[in-house]
Amino acid sequence: MTAATTTGPASKPRRKSAASSRAERPLPLSRQLIIQVICLFITLTVLFPIIWIVSMSIDPRNIARPDALNLIPPGASLDAYAKVLTRPTGNDISFLGLMANSLKIALGSSIVAVGLGVTAAYAFSRLRFRGREALMIGILGVLMLPSVATIIPLYVFLNQFRIDFGGLSFNLRASLIGVILAVIAGQLPFAIWNLKGYLDTVPKDLEEAASVDGATQFQIFRKVILPLSIPAIAVTGFLGFLGGWSEYLTCYMFVGGNVPDWTLSIALNSMVGGFARTTTWSEFGAFAILFALPVSVVFFIFQRYLVGGLAVGGVKG
Amino acid sequence: MTSAAATLPARPRRSRRRNLGPYLYLLPAFFAMGIITFYPLIYQVWMSFTDFSLKNFRVNGPAPNIVGLDNYIRIAQSNLAIPNFEFLRLVLFNLWWAFSNVVIHVVLGVIIAVVLNTRGLWFKGIYRALFILPVVIPAIIVATVWRNMFDPTAGAVNFLLQAVAGLFGVAATAPGLNLDWIRQVNDPIPFIPLPLAYFAMITANTWLGWPLNSVVATGALQSIPGELYEAAEMDGANWWQKFRTITIPFLRPAMLPFAIYGFVVTFNLFSLPYFMTAGEPFGRTEILVTQAYRLAYDRQLYGVAAAFAVYLFFLLLAVTLVTNRLAQATKSYAE
Repeated sequence: MTAATTTGPASKPRRKSAASSRAERPLPLSRQLIIQVICLFITLTVLFPIIWIVSMSIDPRNIARPDALNLIPPGASLDAYAKVLTRPTGNDISFLGLMANSLKIALGSSIVAVGLGVTAAYAFSRLRFRGREALMIGILGVLMLPSVATIIPLYVFLNQFRIDFGGLSFNLRASLIGVILAVIAGQLPFAIWNLKGYLDTVPKDLEEAASVDGATQFQIFRKVILPLSIPAIAVTGFLGFLGGWSEYLTCYMFVGGNVPDWTLSIALNSMVGGFARTTTWSEFGAFAILFALPVSVVFFIFQRYLVGGLAVGGVKG
Repeated sequence: MTSAAATLPARPRRSRRRNLGPYLYLLPAFFAMGIITFYPLIYQVWMSFTDFSLKNFRVNGPAPNIVGLDNYIRIAQSNLAIPNFEFLRLVLFNLWWAFSNVVIHVVLGVIIAVVLNTRGLWFKGIYRALFILPVVIPAIIVATVWRNMFDPTAGAVNFLLQAVAGLFGVAATAPGLNLDWIRQVNDPIPFIPLPLAYFAMITANTWLGWPLNSVVATGALQSIPGELYEAAEMDGANWWQKFRTITIPFLRPAMLPFAIYGFVVTFNLFSLPYFMTAGEPFGRTEILVTQAYRLAYDRQLYGVAAAFAVYLFFLLLAVTLVTNRLAQATKSYAE
């Protein structure tokens, strides 16, 4: 196949000097413009939902339903944001309260998952031991399963525990700690897999040099492997944070009945569709933007590290 | 590696310690996973053979009755006390949903990555930064915003259709410009048994899915040595010949595993069928994970939901084995 196609063009007379000068010549203006038009069109499709939601959120009429496409609606205002920040839903919890709960889940789950994941990933990537293959297949199998598949038994399991600690007494399932545990269950296999995939691409020269210098295995792990895997830790941590920040299933099932434990995702879902009788679309838009903003800002600050890592993790995942 | 093996016989004590070391690194992760992942999974298999329901939930509540394979048989026969449930249709829709999405994502992702990789293109960095946006926005927001956009009377999609039609002098009230995207019962294309809501979902998921494919493809494209293209140009190869004989073979090793990964992710994608279409019309855009969640949360049929999850596991296993086989087979063919 390949041989046939390469010999075909090769039999043509070669125009060596012309070809090499063409490779260095800048892009012809006509082609540049055509590609720019294509890229602008793609940009529009990417930005369309975002522009729609932003313009909806600043609509001053705070209308129940928008009635046309307006980039900046007449007399734009931030009223919807003010309303959403103080009391986004019909329930007695402010945006900051919701955000604090989401933040606890996001931080708790991503830190634990990455912390536990990085040591296991090191063992899988660098060490040879009995049962390695079987354990890795086990992790891969769990990785494939959606969180829905484990949420029911986890619910039953965590429901058995009553925690009595100091003055606090609560059911482990009906608490944010229970949610965090369930979210970790989903994130840990991914963290191990993603970090292992990254470590596999790191050359072993440095470790061998450290080993020659008499470093112990743990020293190698701490002084060589950990610093080298910071980009992968950042990506895995960010993805874990994003997952915990927007986790809905577990939150709704575990703490949906207790308003002080509500998260941003529960509130957002209560603002759309059949539940949304008291919410205007402006408020929904404002809430969605405030919900997405923190993670987007973090992403764009660390974009340089994250984009490359996303690609590596994706390939290996 | 070889040097380590050569020194091993000389230091037997050290080698024994090394054999235990790996397990110490694995211990924290596997201790946690044993409690919160593997134990619940085994418990789930047991639950799937019982009639576990709400009353068995309570601490010290009664033990559920063992019902054997009853749950599995009832699911396979679509004999459940929920409306519009048809197991075979659900499985086929779910497989088609994942497959159609992945094809679109990979093709679009590669094309856009190739276009953006054009040498001398202006504003490359800005485009790349903008195109990554959908990846960063939490899935629940994407799904709920698209739900609003597909609203029949106040949604952006119908407004956009009307605006474009208006340029050609078509009135906004013309048929096809006020579509009930999510609830329309009649299939838009008569001979394809897919509801309009499927096309709405695939629009939203295309928006969501191609950028990450594009990132992966860009990474692979940048690893292709430029001399290959120059050599091909010297030989007079045209654009298509270069794409087929250089670009695609180099993209394959990166894109194929990612496509398989994407298939599994899309197969299990909870947010769109749950938040955007809510399974409408008549449960026809439901997928396995959303159906399992409804069985457990809306209907309290925990035993049935557990059996559902076991079915899901074997389906995913089959999917992974088949796709891996296909990947291996086509790989050896290409080489």
